[in-house]
Amino acid sequence: MADHNAECDPVFGDYVALLKPRVMSLVVFTAFVGLMAAPVSLHPVEAFCAILFIAIGGGASGSLNMWWDADIDAIMRRTKSRPIPSGRTSSDAALGLGVALSGLSVLMLGLAANWHAAAWLAFTIFFYAVIYTIWLKRVTPQNIVIGGAAGAFPPLIGWVSATGSVSIEAVLMFALIFIWTPPHFWALALFMRSDYDDADVPMLTVTHGRPATRRHILAYAVLQAVLAIGLAFTSIGGVIYLTVALICNTIVLKDAVSIWRRDELASEADNFKVERAFFRFSLLYLFVHFLAILAEAVLTPYGLGGWS
Amino acid sequence: MSFRVETDMHRRRRSQNVGVAVCLVLFIGLVAVLSLVKITNTGPVEGYDHAPRSSVTEEASQ
Repeated sequence: MADHNAECDPVFGDYVALLKPRVMSLVVFTAFVGLMAAPVSLHPVEAFCAILFIAIGGGASGSLNMWWDADIDAIMRRTKSRPIPSGRTSSDAALGLGVALSGLSVLMLGLAANWHAAAWLAFTIFFYAVIYTIWLKRVTPQNIVIGGAAGAFPPLIGWVSATGSVSIEAVLMFALIFIWTPPHFWALALFMRSDYDDADVPMLTVTHGRPATRRHILAYAVLQAVLAIGLAFTSIGGVIYLTVALICNTIVLKDAVSIWRRDELASEADNFKVERAFFRFSLLYLFVHFLAILAEAVLTPYGLGGWS
Repeated sequence: MSFRVETDMHRRRRSQNVGVAVCLVLFIGLVAVLSLVKITNTGPVEGYDHAPRSSVTEEASQ
């Protein structure tokens, strides 16, 4: 790998691609909601800096992930056009960029917001890059559960940036994304069969079978409904959020039950129609929940949000 | 006058250089604005130096 890497001459966009801009946009959104929902308000410039450096920290961990996973990214169809496997950047560049931006983002978040938030960001980068990517991803079929935890930290970091401490609301926002992630990816694994097998990444569908995966999806969907609706009764919830949560969780539970009841024959007969629908809706599910939390926060000053 | 024919490598290097330059300039600007906000929000700063300290002198006059 090293020999052809010495030759490559990346353009600026290739470095941007190392930061996983699509994941970063999700980080920006959830961190922003966490920060806005918090009872303490930051100066707009401080808030902007906090979100920016949380996003850069997320990007840095993405770059470290691409550095370590270049070998399996080259095998999977979904990932083989990433900068390193396609030969556009060297893996050393990804490592350097990841380490440098990790340090910069933690330092700057500490200066812009507070050191408690910076410590959470540092832990998130460590958790995603080392505990998830390097250690557990290739070892355990619970990899998705652990990876989901890393993706769940941004709203908590946003909240801590504003308030300086963790509270029940921050933990519940974390828990919602944490619980949401596994069924989302297990549904994907049900209809995108071969990719993970080829790369030798242990997915639940392979290690414990597809019926077990269907049971897991249902169990997580139930847990997710409890958390999502429970969040409505904290200080960041309200009528708008509760309405959204009730509608969305009814749809998800209905789909999860039919995924659980179906067998492979039925799924193949309609080309995994329900599994695909579940996957597509779960993206909207998370977006709408955080949008509702944001709506509560924005409307509260006008007497329209929250429970009061 | 140009000394060499521009190649794809030059184009790629320029993309890198311009991108990094723009990022650095934006970062400097951001740090400047952030500093300004932090300093103006802190309130009056009092040092232990040769200047009269307003808190002490005000207390004394009361």
